[in-house]
Amino acid sequence: MIRFDNVSMRYPGGHEALSRVSFSLERGEMAFLTGHSGAGKSTLLKLIMLMERASQGQVFVGDQNLNRMAVDQIPFLRRKIGVVFQNHQLLFDRSVFDNIALPLQISGYEKSSIGRRVRAALDKVGLLNKEKLNPILLSTGEQQRIGLARAIVNKPQVLLADEPTGNLDPQLSAEVMGLFHQFNQVGVTVLVASHDLDLISRMPHRCLTLQQGRLADA
Amino acid sequence: MRSSPQQDKPKARGSASTQQPDLKDRGGSYLNHHFETAKVSWQRLMATPLATLMTLMMIAIALSLPGVLYVGLQNVEQLGQRWQGSAQLSVFLADALSEAEGRDLAQQLSDNSQFSQLSYLSKDEALAEFKAYAGFGNALELLKENPLPAVILITPSTDYLLSDDLSNLTQQLLSLDGVDDVRVDMDWVQRLQAMVTLGQRTVLLLGLLLALGVVLVVGNTIRLEIQNRRDEIIVVKLVGGTDSFVRRPFLYTGFWYGIGAGLVAWLLVQLSLWYLGTVVDRLIQLYHSEFQLQGLGLGATLLLMLIAVTLGSGGAWLAVLRHLRAIEPR
Repeated sequence: MIRFDNVSMRYPGGHEALSRVSFSLERGEMAFLTGHSGAGKSTLLKLIMLMERASQGQVFVGDQNLNRMAVDQIPFLRRKIGVVFQNHQLLFDRSVFDNIALPLQISGYEKSSIGRRVRAALDKVGLLNKEKLNPILLSTGEQQRIGLARAIVNKPQVLLADEPTGNLDPQLSAEVMGLFHQFNQVGVTVLVASHDLDLISRMPHRCLTLQQGRLADA
Repeated sequence: MRSSPQQDKPKARGSASTQQPDLKDRGGSYLNHHFETAKVSWQRLMATPLATLMTLMMIAIALSLPGVLYVGLQNVEQLGQRWQGSAQLSVFLADALSEAEGRDLAQQLSDNSQFSQLSYLSKDEALAEFKAYAGFGNALELLKENPLPAVILITPSTDYLLSDDLSNLTQQLLSLDGVDDVRVDMDWVQRLQAMVTLGQRTVLLLGLLLALGVVLVVGNTIRLEIQNRRDEIIVVKLVGGTDSFVRRPFLYTGFWYGIGAGLVAWLLVQLSLWYLGTVVDRLIQLYHSEFQLQGLGLGATLLLMLIAVTLGSGGAWLAVLRHLRAIEPR
């Protein structure tokens, strides 16, 4: 589902964030991406989202070679990928419902269908009763779960997460990781960047470790 | 409140493949989305009524200034046309021509279809008229002979009122035997026309400059709006919003500014005319004219609205083109 082929990423300043990274993630597989801060975890996720383009090598999502993807095709790639951020990127000028409905509106769903799907997503993260609230009123853990609901509402093939448990206490972290595991169980390919080694070691998934931009042998 | 994840009971339905809404749903939803976006843009403007009103007034004033001048010019031009209709040719006959010969000539000319009205004034009649109107009666008594020539007064038919036709006519009449001179009382109408043309150019120039101003005002307002909604734009782009999806609300904002400003400008023009109308009426009365001040007609109103909407949307388009590209998720 996701394949990196000898990928290097050098930023304009000359800093090499990734060098010669190769790995592949099968359809329906779940893996963790670990490493110290600045090891290149975020850069790797950004390459999958085409927020950055690789300086060298090839990145594939599904059958598509991202190196050859035109700029106007990027939105359609991103619709296939759900992303969860550490700072959750919720909009505080609208309700929880409207936050989660955004990807559906963008993809052009009917209003009735949007309502159904948003509630299904909220149900999955266990926050069905919060749809009318402004997300600013929710706790950090709840906000993170709203971000997760938004990431999966469009039924993406791939789910990415960048430090989704970074701001959460151990119990909440375990809950959120459990949700990722649950989505993986129904066939979603999941890649979670995290340095919460303790939590990762307790889960039965592959672990990719980045060290100064290189993939260490597992 | 937090429910723990229930891993043993997966509620997620179906497979993980991305489901795209079918085409028919999308068509309806696309229009629906346009409607919704227009509505939300409108609501956003109404949420800050004072700021919106100030921007609207700025644009409306810039639009109404050339609007009022345009209406003024239309009226002057119309006045000129009306007076052009009363053009008269005075054909002065040579002294050598006898009264009978003069009447003969007038008779010949009266068959000409280019003239709608024609009358012969003999030397004596001309003198009598001159005495009656000019008040030189006593002075003329002193003269031994009548200094005034006989004259044929011709009103051209309405098809021959353009200045080219009139000068042709003048040439034809001058070439006749016994005709001394031909005068057309048109010079000042032509001057008025030249001034109207100058005025039109000035209004056009002023209009273009103010249009540029409107584009900049809208552009700047939209630029601020884009900056205010930076977070939203980033999130929309992250979850797969196309450029046109991101652009749309801002274009609708520009569109609403255009519509609103067009309406306010129309109102301002009509109010100005109403205010000036009483003064103009008095002036007209002094000239014993039946002239009536014309306002913005339906055509001009539609044109004003069209210009307003085009400038509003255009300004928004420029701002969007320039500033949206800079906002990308990092």
